[in-house]
Amino acid sequence: MSNRIVAPSPHLHGDFCTPRIMRDVVIALIPAFAFSVFIYGWTAVWTTGIAILSCMLFEWFISRFLLRQANCTLGDWSAVVTGTLLAFNLPATISPWLIVLGALVAIGIGKMSFGGLGRNPFNPALVGRVFLLISFPVQMTSSAFIPTGGPVLDALSGATPLAVVKDALKTHTPVTELMPDFDLSGMLLGFKDGSMGEIGAAALLLGGLYLLIRRVISWRIPVFVLGTMLVFAAILWLVDPAQYINPLFHVLTGGALLGAIFMATDYVTSPMSKRGQVIFAIGIGVITMLIRVWGAYPEGISFAILIMNATVPLINMYVKPSRFGGRNPKKK
Amino acid sequence: MQRKEANKMLKTFRLGGVHPHDHKISRNESIRVFDVPATVTIPLGQHIGAPATATVQKGDKVRVGDVIGTATGFVSANIHSSVSGTVTAVEAALDGANLRKPAVTIAVEGDEWNPEIDRTDTLVKECTLEPKEIIARIAAAGIVGLGGATFPTQVKLSVPPGKTAEILIINGVECEPYLTADYRLMMERGEELLVGCEILMRALGVEECAIGIENNKLEAIKHLKGILAGGSYHKGIRVVPLKMRYPQGGEKQLIAAITRREVPSGALPIDVGAVVQNVGTTYAVYQAVQKRRPIVDRVVTVTGKGLGRPSNLLVRIGTPIHLLIEACGGMPEDTGKVINGGPMMGRAMANIEAPVTKGTSGVLLMSTGESMRGREMPCIQCAKCVEACPMGLEPYLISKLSRLGIYDRLERERTADCIECGCCAFTCPSNLPLLDYIRLGKAETLKIIRARQVK
Repeated sequence: MSNRIVAPSPHLHGDFCTPRIMRDVVIALIPAFAFSVFIYGWTAVWTTGIAILSCMLFEWFISRFLLRQANCTLGDWSAVVTGTLLAFNLPATISPWLIVLGALVAIGIGKMSFGGLGRNPFNPALVGRVFLLISFPVQMTSSAFIPTGGPVLDALSGATPLAVVKDALKTHTPVTELMPDFDLSGMLLGFKDGSMGEIGAAALLLGGLYLLIRRVISWRIPVFVLGTMLVFAAILWLVDPAQYINPLFHVLTGGALLGAIFMATDYVTSPMSKRGQVIFAIGIGVITMLIRVWGAYPEGISFAILIMNATVPLINMYVKPSRFGGRNPKKK
Repeated sequence: MQRKEANKMLKTFRLGGVHPHDHKISRNESIRVFDVPATVTIPLGQHIGAPATATVQKGDKVRVGDVIGTATGFVSANIHSSVSGTVTAVEAALDGANLRKPAVTIAVEGDEWNPEIDRTDTLVKECTLEPKEIIARIAAAGIVGLGGATFPTQVKLSVPPGKTAEILIINGVECEPYLTADYRLMMERGEELLVGCEILMRALGVEECAIGIENNKLEAIKHLKGILAGGSYHKGIRVVPLKMRYPQGGEKQLIAAITRREVPSGALPIDVGAVVQNVGTTYAVYQAVQKRRPIVDRVVTVTGKGLGRPSNLLVRIGTPIHLLIEACGGMPEDTGKVINGGPMMGRAMANIEAPVTKGTSGVLLMSTGESMRGREMPCIQCAKCVEACPMGLEPYLISKLSRLGIYDRLERERTADCIECGCCAFTCPSNLPLLDYIRLGKAETLKIIRARQVK
């Protein structure tokens, strides 16, 4: 009895723990992964596998030999999440060396250079993706080979739907001319061209639903990101339906769903208060649409998330949670 | 399923909170009278405020209910002998944390009571005393908040000039997991409890009384509603079923749940017209006013998953805690922690020979496995603590500032509002000792505030 434990309260702990959260994110990405395997075949498996393995390897190496951390954070699954998200942001046919390079930038610069898990201001997977996008634009935007395209894809092979829309904007061609048989249900199922994780909206939504049920994420960030995009696109569409595409197209294409559900909700790089999260999400939605409609790139959510990541410390400083004591004071 | 459905419609507080499993394993154990021990050690400070001043000396003979210590100043309480016998020592004794605190030790001889005390079980309903007399009797009986906070009850009932009480709230929430002492009191002493409510209403001059009970105690809700339906009690008393959510038994959370009024930062419940008393306290008020019976005993839940016989015991104040454990099946071999109180806010005991005091609502045994904290991992800014905080604070930030010693920023972050409920540490996926550091920061913040007030 001499070794009885004396510690301050609370003496209970909930069943939430960091590895469980990270594992849940990986589980939530499985439907989208399965879908990309269905579309791209083994290349999707290789791409994802190489990304995960190299992220884990770099994390282990840096943690063990450069930072000399006593407890390597490899066991918390966060490197697996980064690896999977990085892979989902790449075209399936990308060269393996670029994947490894992306992983090195994501983990090495995006995460470990700030001190590792929990300290990185920017989403590591997006740091990796944007690095590759800027450095290797051709490889990053070249279309993936699709053996089993639907009717929509036959008409479009070679360019992602967002690129087609961008073309329409740049050349002031009515979008309905360039994309005559735009098919929403096909979009939802994912028979379209794009990065591995961009396709398969239904699979991504399924994963998001799982994260909501497991209380890993709250509805705020995804709903406000997508809602803002929808409102933004709807206004343009109502002004000129020939030039601007259906707002639903915007939330279902590109990385909108992947970004809103899996990347903008990243704990480390999103604000702490509910109100702060709403501001953050609206910012992402607006910047994404600004880039898509008026910017140089057809897709903008990666940049939008990174830009809003930079504002998080500021948001945390000034946007405080609703305090107790402010509601319904006594009537005098 | 039905309970879940019903739960959605019920009242609760607005911000934060967590849902620990309630583990009320002793809920169906009737209150058992625990034998008077051979000696008792009665601490003179069993309440918030100054310890009482001893009025007995070594060698004095005392009876059950005799005053052995008188209140020192306004925020203090009288202490009574819980046994009859001879005072063997008036000196410092070890408390649960192994700290030396002034106490009176009495060797028990027989069980002779102070003759003023009415020891019968007869229900005395009528009370025609003036508020002042009621409060005087409560003060004389040494009543303090028996939920665990041990704030002297007469102080809470003395409404400061310029403020008025509008509603009396009876705390039957018992949101701490494992504890069932208040539940058993509501089930077994319901009539006495309701008389206690009427007395408190009379003392405060209010016409409204709400008894808040969480939805995991449906029997108690039904039982008290049944008695009230008889119509022989004040019409202003009502039972309010509440949605299960910790820390609903916190004073400010309970007021918010029942009245929708939130006590502002730095203010007191009376500033929103509310006075909150615990179920056990209300029963003690009945005994003090109607039976002239001071606090000499209390109901203690002795519980734990490994314990042979979890029980609710009526124990004399001053009884060594290890005796209770022995009476409930003995200490299991792999006991890692013995907690005085509940698992969320109770204190882990270093010394289990320490006595039961007025604030001992439970004795909880945890196995070694349950007692260990998980390995600390880096904060991943998940904001679960912010979401869980019932005061709307940012535990991660306060904890970090405290850890770094940046005390001057703590006041702005409203650290003094922390009620130390432990929701933040309970919910942290990285097992960070958030509350440990927040307590430190809160102490420093209060020091800064006090230093400014002195100037």
